Amino acid sequence: MSNQSSVEILTEWDIVAARQLGRNVAKELGFGTVDQARITTAISELARNIYLYAGQGRIEIQRLTENGVKGILIIAADNGPGIPDIRKVMEDGFSTSGGLGAGLPGVKRLMDDFRIETILGEGTDIRATKWLR
Amino acid sequence: MNKQIAGYIQDNSTEIISKWQELMKNEESERSFQVMPDDLMNQTSKEFSDLMVTNLLENHEAYENQLTEFAEKVVRLGWSITFVTKAITHYVEVVYHGMENKGIINEDNVRAFVEEFSNWVTPIRDSTIDTYSKTWERTVSLQKIALQELSASLIPVFDKISVMPLVGTIDTERAKLIMENLLEGVVKHRAEVVLLDITGVPVVDTMVAHHIIQAADAVRLVGAKCMLVGIRPEIAQTIVTLGINLNEFTTTSTLQRGVEQALAWTNREIVEVED
Repeated sequence: MSNQSSVEILTEWDIVAARQLGRNVAKELGFGTVDQARITTAISELARNIYLYAGQGRIEIQRLTENGVKGILIIAADNGPGIPDIRKVMEDGFSTSGGLGAGLPGVKRLMDDFRIETILGEGTDIRATKWLR
Repeated sequence: MNKQIAGYIQDNSTEIISKWQELMKNEESERSFQVMPDDLMNQTSKEFSDLMVTNLLENHEAYENQLTEFAEKVVRLGWSITFVTKAITHYVEVVYHGMENKGIINEDNVRAFVEEFSNWVTPIRDSTIDTYSKTWERTVSLQKIALQELSASLIPVFDKISVMPLVGTIDTERAKLIMENLLEGVVKHRAEVVLLDITGVPVVDTMVAHHIIQAADAVRLVGAKCMLVGIRPEIAQTIVTLGINLNEFTTTSTLQRGVEQALAWTNREIVEVED
């Protein structure tokens, strides 16, 4: 069972809209403040990556229920240039834009499950889940 | 020919309005019309209909003023632009079909009438969209100004100690402004310690952290120390999980502790006065 809603990322302010949506869903699902902060921060990182590297894309928030456990799924999808070396972007401190390089590995640590699929020249699809304990 | 259309509308206005309301109520996406009280709906519909006729009879200028007024009213009512353009389309449809049924529009003059209708509706649609976008532009620019007013200023709290409270979302533009105000303020107030208070920042992601680190580095270059205060417990956990290194920073949970620390750095302390 899932229930979804999404935000198109076109400008920097859409990042705020995306994480607002995520925060509301997380709150409704019953996540505590720490997990809410984790989820919104993860959305913020993923949305910013779309804005910075792909130009435009979409953040989708889904409510999950699996074996009676509730969870939230963040999907970040874009049709951008793709990521040439996934292993490298998952290393701490690697950045092509002069940032801190903690984004993707950070998101992986913030969430319970993290999957990334990318095709050069076609786009990137990242799925990150957090379960309510 | 304009007069003919206008004449038809005036003679049959009740019928046209009720047909038009019927069509509008069937628009699934539009709840605003369905929940509107009847008298208000009738009044608005009448106004809308009058406006459509005015354009046929009067000169463009008189009409334009009315249209602006009408559009502003509609914006206040919360009608969406899609709804209004649909309203125009449906209204014209009702009038056209009505005239066709009555035989006023027949095979001989259909071309001329079609052209006349299009000349009638196109300016209405154009200026409605124009009024809407002007209203939006005004709102956006006002909000931008309001947001800039919220932007950070550096407040001297003690000799050599200044505080910059950060409130709200930090985007690239604001980050630049924060940096400028911070450095200017440090020099102007001869601050030795600057406290950046992030109590009011909802999310600290890597970009925000990056901007804060850069700001602190710049502050160091102009000869002052930077302290990060107001770190809420959930933000602290997120920062650690993200793997952001703030080891070079002195950080405290509250502004109060930060001020105490800053006073200690400048060899002062707050003592209670004894009687």
